[in-house]
Amino acid sequence: MRVLSVVAVLIWGLMLAGCVSQNERVLQGDEQVKLRNMQSRTFATDDKNLVVRNAIATLQDLGFIIDKADADLGTVSATKLSGYQIRMTVTVRSKSATEMLVRASAQYNLEAIEQPEVYQDFFAVLSKSLFLAANAVE
Amino acid sequence: MTRSLLLLCLLLTLYGFQTIPAELFKLSESTLEERSRQSRYFATENEVNLISSGIGVLQDMGYAIDEIEKDLGVVTASKNVDATDSGQVAVAIAFMLLGGKNVAIDKEQKIRVSFITLPSKVKEGYIARVTFQRIVWNDRNVISRVETLNNDEIYLDFFEKLSKSVFLEAHKI
Repeated sequence: MRVLSVVAVLIWGLMLAGCVSQNERVLQGDEQVKLRNMQSRTFATDDKNLVVRNAIATLQDLGFIIDKADADLGTVSATKLSGYQIRMTVTVRSKSATEMLVRASAQYNLEAIEQPEVYQDFFAVLSKSLFLAANAVE
Repeated sequence: MTRSLLLLCLLLTLYGFQTIPAELFKLSESTLEERSRQSRYFATENEVNLISSGIGVLQDMGYAIDEIEKDLGVVTASKNVDATDSGQVAVAIAFMLLGGKNVAIDKEQKIRVSFITLPSKVKEGYIARVTFQRIVWNDRNVISRVETLNNDEIYLDFFEKLSKSVFLEAHKI
């Protein structure tokens, strides 16, 4: 009887833990500002094409292949297959006359990557490729 | 009994977490080697000609072009081909003859390729970089492998064809 009640509590606990609604999966991102800051940097240049091309080169160095790219929108999406799958989207847009804002978002298998260190590493490589410092977004 | 239930509970909780490798976006020691395998320098100022030559070579190799963005020097292409490996089939047959279970063997693969041109940072001209990846399905329609192809021969062959097509020598970088 005691065992049965433990099992019941266990099942109840698991149901609660797995209680993520479909809506939450579609919308996601409770802490959007924090996430956006983590995924964004600015670079002191007015050359959007240069930044996008270097983002592509960076993705290639990191083992990605490019799926789609659009020069006008400054968007690149790429996939890495290495036993796991990472999908990444990088967007570049003008923040001011002398600054480009780069945002990167990535998904590891079915999970969005929300670790700041991972994005720091990406921007560090992009920064080296551009010969420009990556500045945090205020 | 309670202890094993607790253990089960712990395992189920851990199962819910995926571990994202910490080194995901760090350049590895093999980065330079891969870059040089996948890239060649062409002394040309005509990027469009280099891109269209790349497209021609991919078509010759049986690929269908999926996306092109010439302002960024991006071409992506793919093809679905047979993935049967005679060595793997032989092992599966031997295993069955020895009384083992029916072993899954690779059946079909989708090969994806991106061909990118980038202005050289050190001299006039362009760097062309090509990367091949593949997803392999076995005879049970389950993905058995996802990987980047690192076979030197594939890249040497591609750049030899590209070099002929563009009438320019492909220089190692």
